[in-house]
Amino acid sequence: MLARIRRFFARRGVLEVDTPLLGATVNPDPYVEFFTVPDGGRRHYLQTSPELAMKRLLAAGSGPIYQIGKAFRRGEAGRLHQPEFTLLEWYRPGFTLDRLMDEVAALLQVLLGERVAGVTTFTYGEAFREFVGLPWDAPLTALRSKAAALGIPDAERLCGDEQRHWLDLLFSVAVQPRLPASKLVFVRDYPACMAALARCRPDDPEVVERFEVFVDGVELGNGYRELTDVEEQRRRFQHDLRLRCRLGRVVPPLDRAFLAALEAGMPECSGVAIGLDRVLMLKLGCHRLSDVLTFPLQESS
Amino acid sequence: MATYSTNEFKPGLKVILDGDPCVILENEFVKPGKGQAFNRVKFRNLKTGRVLERTFKSGETIEAADVMEVEMQYLYNDGEFWHFMDPNTFEQVAADAKAVGEAAKWLKEQAICTITLWNGEPIAVTPPNFVELEVVETDPGVRGDTSGGGSKPAKLETGAVVKVPLFVQTGEVIKVDTRTGEYVSRVGK
Repeated sequence: MLARIRRFFARRGVLEVDTPLLGATVNPDPYVEFFTVPDGGRRHYLQTSPELAMKRLLAAGSGPIYQIGKAFRRGEAGRLHQPEFTLLEWYRPGFTLDRLMDEVAALLQVLLGERVAGVTTFTYGEAFREFVGLPWDAPLTALRSKAAALGIPDAERLCGDEQRHWLDLLFSVAVQPRLPASKLVFVRDYPACMAALARCRPDDPEVVERFEVFVDGVELGNGYRELTDVEEQRRRFQHDLRLRCRLGRVVPPLDRAFLAALEAGMPECSGVAIGLDRVLMLKLGCHRLSDVLTFPLQESS
Repeated sequence: MATYSTNEFKPGLKVILDGDPCVILENEFVKPGKGQAFNRVKFRNLKTGRVLERTFKSGETIEAADVMEVEMQYLYNDGEFWHFMDPNTFEQVAADAKAVGEAAKWLKEQAICTITLWNGEPIAVTPPNFVELEVVETDPGVRGDTSGGGSKPAKLETGAVVKVPLFVQTGEVIKVDTRTGEYVSRVGK
C-alpha cells in the first residue's frame, strides 16, 4: 500500500517530505489531546498531525507535498482508534476543494480497489436532513428532542448548550452509520462552528470549505481549503487556547513560527489527511484497527 | 474510593452506576472528526440483570465496584436464606431470595455454584450449567413410545418442572441445562 501511494504521488509530481514528530508546540485543537514529552527543563510535544509543519514548508515555497508518518493522540483508543497511528497528509497549491476531492477519490479507489464502487457526495446539510431529519441549523431544542427520540442516553450532560456537540453527537449516531455502504462518501461544507483550519465559503460564511470522506460509515480523512488569512488564524488559535484553558486541558504555546509563515504568505491551497490504518483495515475486510497493526497497544474496548 | 476513567473501560469491568453494581458488556469509543470524544457503554446491572446503555464524555470517571465471583458449595436453605460455603476457606455466606432468584429451583445440596459478591455480600447466584436431578412426579409414559416428538411435564426433586420425553419415569435421574431449563438426557444410576 505504501509503495502504491508513493507511485501515485511520484506520477503527479508531488514531493515527499518528512517533518519532525517532536515539536516545540502542537496544534491547540480543543478536542484533540496530545502527549507531552519532558526533556530536562524543557517540554516537547508529540505531533497530532504534520499539518502546521507542512504548511510552513508550503509558505517557504515547497510546492505540492505529501508525507506518510506517525501521529499521536492521547486518550484515543477503541475499535477505530489507537493513540499512535499512520497518517498520509498532502497539500496542493492552487487546488480548489473539489479538485482535491477528485484526487482523494482517485487515490482511495487505487488503494481500496473493488472494496468501493463509485463516489457519492453530500453537503453536511443534505446528510443531516436526510439521516437526522432536521436542518443542521435547527434550534437546539429541536436537536435535543431528536437525540431524545433516538434514545441517546446522557445527551444533555454530554452536550449542554453547545450546538457543535449536539451536531457531532447526532452526526456520529444517526448519520455516519447510515451513509451508503461500499462507496466512497464525501460530506462537504461543514458548519462554521466546525471550521478547524478550513476557510469559510466566500459566498456563505455560515459554512466552511471542509470535507470528510467515509467508507461504510468509517471516517477515513478530513480535508480543507486551507485558511491562509493570518489574522483569522490567530483569532482561531487564541479561541482554541482559551477554550483549552477553560476546559482545564494542557495549553501549549502559541505556534508563532507557523503564524509567521502564514504572515509571510502561504499559497492558496487545499490539503487533506487520511488515516492509513483504517484504509488498510477496510481493504482487508477487518473490523478493528488492531487487526492490521504490527503490535497494537492493548485496546480498551 | 477506586475509580475508572473511560480509557480504562473494557468488557468485564465492574463499576457502580446509580448506586448499583454493574458490569461493562460493551464499550465503544466515538470521536467525531474534530469534535468531543465520547464512550457509548452497555452495562448489565448485576443485581437485576437488566442491560442499560449510557454515554460518557471521554475522560469522565466512575466508581469501581468491589465485585467478585466465587465458586461456592450450596449447603442448605433455612426457609429464608440459602447458605453457601467456600470449599477452600470454609467461609459461609447466606443469600436471600432476591439474590438467588431463578437459581433456587435448581439448587441441590452439594452443588457448586458461582456466587457474585458485592462488598462481600451475595447479590447473585448462578447454578451449574448442568444439574442432575431426580424426577419425583410425572405421568406414566405410553409404552413403546421411545422416540416420537411427544413430551410431558416432570417435577424434579428441587421443585423445578421441566419438559421431558414420554419415556422418562418417576424415580429416574435426568440431566438438565439450567441456562435454558431444557432436558438433556437420562442419567444411568
